[in-house]
This record gives sequence, structure tokens and C-alpha cells, in this order.
Amino acid sequence: MDALPAHMRPERSFQGFILALQRFWAEQGCVILQPYDMEMGAGTFHPATTLRALGPKRWNAAYVQPSRRPKDGRYGENPNRLQHYYQFQVIMKPSPPNLQDLYLKSLAAIGIDSSVHDIRFVEDDWESPTLGAWGLGWECWCDGMEVSQFTYFQQVAGVECAPVSGELTYGLERLAMYVQGVDRVYDLNFNGRDGADKVTYGDVFLQAEQEYSRHNFEHADTAMLFEQFKMAEDACKKYLTAGWKEGGNQKEHLMALPAYDQCIKASHVFNLLDARGVISVTERQSYIMRVRELAKACGEAWVHTEAGRAV
Amino acid sequence: MPDLLLELFSEEIPARMQAKAADDLRRMVTDKLVAEGLVYEGAKAFATPRRLALTVHGVPTRQSDLKEERRGPRVGGPDAAIQGFLKATGLARIEDAKIQTDPKKGDFYIALIEKPGRATIDVLAEILPVIIRTFPWPKSMRWGARSTKSGSLSWVRPLHSIIATFGPETEDPDVVKFSVDGIEAGQTTFGHRFMAPSAISVRRFEDYEAKLKTAKVVLDPQARKDIILADAKELAFAQGFELVEDQVLLDEVAGLVEWPVVLMGSFDQEYLTIPDEVIRATIRNNQKCFVVRDPKTGKLANKFILTANIEATDGGKVIVAGNERVIRARLSDAKFFYETDLKTKLEDRLPKFKQIVFHEMLGTQAERINRIERLAAEIAPLVGADVAKARRAAHLAKADLLTEVVGEFPELQGLMGKYYAQAQGEDDSVAAASEDHYKPQGPTDRVPSDPVSAAVALADKLDTLAGFWAIDEKPTGSKDPYALRRAALGAIRLIVDNTLRLPILNVAKSALAGLPDKSNAEELPGDLLSFFADRLKVQLRDQGARHDLVDAVFSLGGQDDLLLVVRRVEALGKFLDTDDGKNLLAGTKRASNILSIEEKRDKRTFDGAPDAGLYALAEEKALAKAIDQVKSEAGAAVQKEDFAAAMSAMAKLRPAVDAFFDKVKVNDDEPKVRENRLKLLNEIRAATRAVADFSKIEG
Repeated sequence: MDALPAHMRPERSFQGFILALQRFWAEQGCVILQPYDMEMGAGTFHPATTLRALGPKRWNAAYVQPSRRPKDGRYGENPNRLQHYYQFQVIMKPSPPNLQDLYLKSLAAIGIDSSVHDIRFVEDDWESPTLGAWGLGWECWCDGMEVSQFTYFQQVAGVECAPVSGELTYGLERLAMYVQGVDRVYDLNFNGRDGADKVTYGDVFLQAEQEYSRHNFEHADTAMLFEQFKMAEDACKKYLTAGWKEGGNQKEHLMALPAYDQCIKASHVFNLLDARGVISVTERQSYIMRVRELAKACGEAWVHTEAGRAV
Repeated sequence: MPDLLLELFSEEIPARMQAKAADDLRRMVTDKLVAEGLVYEGAKAFATPRRLALTVHGVPTRQSDLKEERRGPRVGGPDAAIQGFLKATGLARIEDAKIQTDPKKGDFYIALIEKPGRATIDVLAEILPVIIRTFPWPKSMRWGARSTKSGSLSWVRPLHSIIATFGPETEDPDVVKFSVDGIEAGQTTFGHRFMAPSAISVRRFEDYEAKLKTAKVVLDPQARKDIILADAKELAFAQGFELVEDQVLLDEVAGLVEWPVVLMGSFDQEYLTIPDEVIRATIRNNQKCFVVRDPKTGKLANKFILTANIEATDGGKVIVAGNERVIRARLSDAKFFYETDLKTKLEDRLPKFKQIVFHEMLGTQAERINRIERLAAEIAPLVGADVAKARRAAHLAKADLLTEVVGEFPELQGLMGKYYAQAQGEDDSVAAASEDHYKPQGPTDRVPSDPVSAAVALADKLDTLAGFWAIDEKPTGSKDPYALRRAALGAIRLIVDNTLRLPILNVAKSALAGLPDKSNAEELPGDLLSFFADRLKVQLRDQGARHDLVDAVFSLGGQDDLLLVVRRVEALGKFLDTDDGKNLLAGTKRASNILSIEEKRDKRTFDGAPDAGLYALAEEKALAKAIDQVKSEAGAAVQKEDFAAAMSAMAKLRPAVDAFFDKVKVNDDEPKVRENRLKLLNEIRAATRAVADFSKIEG
């Protein structure tokens, strides 16, 4: 850590903070992936988590995932609510026996010293109705602030996890704000430089928050979105049907990943429609069900692929 | 005698599950021991966030030997029976069985089974893994590489180690040898996660508890609670404040720490403009911290008390600062919600209720609010409330459900409505009804006394009851998903505590008439009334009134004025405590018994007025006179609803009844006289019915 230039230290810069986490988890044997190239609500939607959590093969990965929550936009006026933010996601399958210790070490790596901070594991059972997934774990508190989610997946996409994966999700902005000691997300020092060289989170994202809030709440083309939902749903089903390989000794699927992309798409389009307020309470439930059906079918396909099935 | 020490060390157990888990562990282990014939002296279980622990002391070293005689088939019985007997008893040959002679049934075989007692440690090694595998966690999970195997262990969170030792206190105990899913029982545990994480080797409960304490773990949850409460009070007091005690929060907080360290933080004065309840809900629900008040004003101070799990090397500065940041952000949100809410008038929120379904068969929330409004206006004059105010109060009472603050903290529903109503200048009674129309929520909750609140509260509850009655969602057995029993009890308490005169049948009819579906409106009011009667019975019984007296009053029929029922029961109870009451009851019972025997014998009833010309004895005449007098006096008193006076009038009957039974032979040889006397007895029964059906009274 001492070898790092000052502007790369996790308590000085947002990017240094992310790099510190990546380096830490790389040392634990995780593959460090880049963000998935689609819009999604949380790092869990990344196929590296949703699909890779299924099946018996070992899998350890960590990555940053830009996460979009259209409803959480506040036109850049709220100090800590964003419609686009970063999650840092770690998945380890099977969950190692020392996962809690590894997590605490990762906090130390980003400058959170457990001898002066009060770190706690507070019950939080995780459930994603759209992914047909649930697990047990905690929200991790640091001095009364929720900084991460810690989950042992029990079921994903309707499939029992065997073995169980451990999933960690860090809310990067919030943690970095704490470590940097700023109260407003837009004041985060992004690049760790001072004076004229300094770039803040606001310099990078404030305009985007304003523009996307207008889009998400006022202008997103709902007719197009309804159509897109339907198209993604149909495409997902179509790819799933086409992907089953005829003949052979065992049931095999050849297109789980492209099909799952359409499930991700449908989920995000639904979130946009929801933010526009055009989905009623009763309809809402049925949309969630439809996405879940896609996710489950993709999970079922995935466990019949090379990476998802038993050897 | 030896002791057992058991510890199950895991990742963090949810606070809300710890107490029951400790109790379940104690119960399951001790029940099993007793079932194995091992009677112990005492047991105690403990829980911290990371461990369940159990000590059972005074357990015998071995089970006692068992000797049992088992009776078998007849000598010379079918071979299948004999083979079955050998198999069941473990005898090698039938020659090993004894033969017992029975003069009546013939000779039969007896097997002598001797079962030597096993060493307790072996019994433990057998029962403990079963208990661990079948432990009743509300939710449990699999983890790690072993989770691929079917039958892998499920626990609340990953289980890491097990201590199980058994032995007398003078020696080193033995480890109970078993393993569960690859975890070998031993005598090693670990201290506080951050302050003393190393392994600790323990022998028995005494050194276990002491070593944990050295390793910064307070094992006993009660001890942790005591520390938190005492330190929190002390910290508040030192600054001239007073802790707002909160048992539920204390229980939870004690389940989040192994080593409680209580610290105080503060927040900006400006947030004190938010209602105290909102500040408290914010700090309590989200941050699990206590609030403090100024003992002079009773208002909250800008301080909070947190419980950390660590003695920080900087004395807690960073921890306090961190918590203050979070609480500042939370209060800032709460203040924003509160101020945003204040910008919209309550009535302007109502149109949104048209889109919110209350129940698919009972229409939208907007329709429900309309019904409550109409009903409240109808009830208002009956309970002394201003009709316009009751209507207005009912109109606004539910509006706060759509506010930001209530969305965030549902437990503040009603209270926020009151604040917002006050802020928009509503009448005090109207504002109070927003909060109070939900009351009373349970048998100990406050009953609102303001007539406007009472009218809206009754309307709300009766609409709920009528609605779910109409769609046949009545409570059955232990199932009462819509809390209809609580609603009925609430209505009863509103009526009785406020001494309201409400013809409940009429109000129920009106409530039913307002519902979207009126198909069953015929039988339902009566059905609903008997539900009220049942609830009232439960309520009076809980207050110590005799259930038979309640039955005696309801048995009169047509009792839909619950207040009068209660008064009658009270007066009746008092009367029956007097000698007059007891004797009159005895006399009436005697009359009833004779009547029912004679009615059966003659296959007829003895209704109708007795013939004064047939009275032969002075006692007969005196009784007839007393009955007439009592009937008119008691009747008049009942008319005036003066049940105590009715009972006193009733008391006058007693000497005449006593004298009658003393001197008069009912079953006279002359049939006409007999019939007349029986009619007179029937008159006693009829006279007492002015106040109650005495035949339902026990004793």
C-alpha cells in the first residue's frame, strides 16, 4: 500500500478505491472481469453471477458493475441518491469457509481499520423476485452505515445452488464517501488529484444524473418501451427454444447466454416503465412474474451448457 | 454428578432468533436426556451473535440398567407367533423363555429382557448430532463445498465449530465424540471477532464463561442488556438527560454485540423541528440507537445512544462520528419527507385512494372511506359527537397513509395524520381522530374518549366487520387474518368504557347496507351480533366476571345494547354475592327443578297465571303477593335501567320463597291445587327473568 502514489490511495481517490478492491480480490484468486455491456439494476444480474452461480463448477470472480435504478434518480439534487451508480461484486463458488474474514480484510485494504471502526453483520435476507433467487446473509455495517451486502445464495433463477456461492456487493460511492469523508456524492474526488487536476464524481456524473432523471421520469418513450419489453421477452423465449440441441446422449443447450441477455433487457425496460409510473400495482406483479419466468428458463438452459453442467 | 457443556459457534445469528434458539437448544437436549432416563439437576442456555451455548449440570454418568418382563404367545401357539416373539425380544431359542402358568388362559411364555444402562457420554454422542441436524431455525441455509451433497447440514448461518464436553467437576471432562457434516466436536472456541479472535481451549462451563469474558465476550444476553441499559442511563444522566427506554430495541441491540460499548452522539438542533416520534422512529428503526429526552420538558434532546461491539483504540471517536453522519443523513431525509408532506393538504391526497384496492371484493380505499364517513355521521348523534366534525374526521382519517413519512414508518400511521391535520388548522377533535380512530388496538390500549374519535373508530371497525362478514371471511379457530376479533373487542371497549348507548344491530344493518354486495344482508346482522356477544363474553371473563352470568343475561334474548348487558352482569354478580341473592338463586333453582320433573311427568308446561281462589295456605298467598310486587318493582327498575334496584326488589322475593318451600307441599293430592302450585313456581322463574335467566347460573 505504501508503494502507491498518493493519488491512487483508496482514501484519496474513487478510482484508487476501486483498484484497491480489484487488487485485493485478484489476490484471492478471483478473475477480475470488466462490467457487463448491458444496462442492469444490480451487479447480481451480470451473467458472471446469475448464471455462473449455477452448476457444480468452481467460479471466483470480481468486477465493477454500473447499476441503473431509474426510479432512484433525483435530478442530481440528492446528496446520495443516484439512478446510475457502481457496485463492486464478488462471487465465490463454493463459498470459502473464511469468506467473512476475506471480506473484513478487503475492508482493511480500502482503509477501514477494524480496531477503530464498529463493523457488524446485521441480518438481511436477500431475495430477488425478478431473478427467482434468494439467499441468507447480512447487510454489513460500518459505524452504523450499511456498506455491503453479504449473501449465501441458496437459489438462483429457480435452481437450487449446489454448491452454494458467497456473494459480496459493495456500494462503492457510499463506501468511498465514508472513506474520503465527504457528505455529497458529487464531491467525491474521482482521480485523487488536487487543484486544477482534480476531477470530482460530479464532474463525471452530475450532468448525466440530471439528464437521465428527465428521461426516466418524464420523457422515456413508453410506447417504445412496452414494445421493447415484448420484443425482449419473445426473443428470449425464441432463443431458448432454438438453443436446445436435438439428439445426443444428454440434454444440451447451446444459447443460454444470448437468451439471458434478453432477460436482462426485459428487466431494465420494466424498471424504466415503472419509473415512468405507467405500470399499475396489479400489473407490476405480473411484469415481475414474466421476467422471473424468463430468468428461470435461462437458468434451466444454463445448467445444460458446458459451463453450467456437471462434468 | 457430571456436567455437559455444549457450544455451537457460527457466523452471525440474527438477533431476533437468538432467544428462542437458546430456549430450543435447552429444551431439545434436556427432553432427550429425560427420555433416555437421564434426569438432570439444572440447565441453562445462552446466545450471542456468534454462538449458542448450553450447560446441563448434575447428569448421571450412566443410565440405570433396565429389567423388563415381556409376555409372549401361548405355549404351543402358532409358530409364526413364537418366531415373532423371539425376534421382538432378541431371545435365541424359545427354550430361553420362562413359562408362566395361568389357570384360566393356560401357559404362556415370558421373556426376561435385561438392558444394561449405557454411559451418558455415549448417549450424548448419539443425541447431540440429531438435535443439531433437526434444529428448528425459522430459516436455515447451506454453505460451502459440502452443500453439493444431499443431506448436508442446514444451519442459520455457516456453523464453524462445536464444543461438547462431559464430566465431573473434579476431573478433566471428556469430549463427547461426534461430528456433524465434517465438524468434529472438541473443546475449542474463539473470542471476540476483533478484540480476541484466537482459539480458546475450555473444559467446562465455569472456565468457558470466564475465558470468554477475558476474550471480550459476555455470554449471557441478560448481562449484556444490563450493561447496555445501565451505561445508557448513566451517559444520558451525566448530560442532564433521561434515556427513553425501549425494551424491544434493547433486546435487539443485545443480540447484535458480544461486547457492548455504549457511546453517545448528537445531531443538529435543527432536526428537533421534526416530531419526536419521527426522530425516534428514524433513529431506532434504521440505526438501532436509543434517543434521550429532557426530563423537564419531556421533549427529545439532540442526542442519541449507540451500542458498539468494540472498545475502539481511539475511545470510539471515529465510531461516534460515523454514526452521527448516518443519523444526520437519515434525519435530513425524514425532515425532507415531513416538510414535503406538510405542503399537501390531507384532502388533496384522497383522489389517489380511488386507485388503491382495499380488498378485491370490498372495493377501493376511496369507497371504504366514503362508507366510514357515512357511518360515522350516523353514529355521531348516538355517541354525542358533532355530526359535521365526525364526517370531516372520517373524511381525513386515512389520508396520512399516502404521506412520505408514513410510507417510510408505517407504525406512525394515524399519529402523522393528527400532526398534519393540526398543521392545516383542523378542529382539535377532528385532528385527534386521525390517530385515535385506530384505537383501541388491544385489551390494554387506550380507549379514545372524545366523541368524534369514538364515532369514527366505531364506524371504521363496524365497516371492517360488516365487510368481511358479508364476503364470508369470518375468523375461524386460530385464523383471523383481518384481525376481526380485535376489531369487535375494540368496538366493545369503545362502547363500554365510554358508556355509550348504541343499538348495535341497527348500526350493523346500516354498515352492511353500504357494502358493494348486499346479497346476504338478511341473516348477517344477527350473526354479527352473536359474534359481538361472544367477544363480550371473552372480555368480561377476562375481567373476572363469571361466564355463566354473561350467559344468563344473553339468554334473555334481544340484548343488542352491550352497555346494558354489562351493567346487568355487574348488578347480578353483586346480588349473587349477598345472602339474599344466594338464597333466592337456591329457591329459584329448586322451583325450576321441581317444575322440570313435573313437566316431564305430566308432559305439559305450567304456564299461565295461578288461580288466587285455589290458594289454601298463607305462604302461598304471601308468595303470590311477593311475586306481583317484585314483578312490578323489578320491571319498573329495569325500565329505568337501574339494575341494582331491580336486584334489591328481587331480594324481597326471598323470604316468601323460603317460607313457601318450608311450609307448602307442592305435589298436593288434589290435582287442581298441585297444578296451581306448580303455576306459582313457574311465576317465580318468570319473575326472575326480569333480570336474568337464573337457570343458566351455576351453583
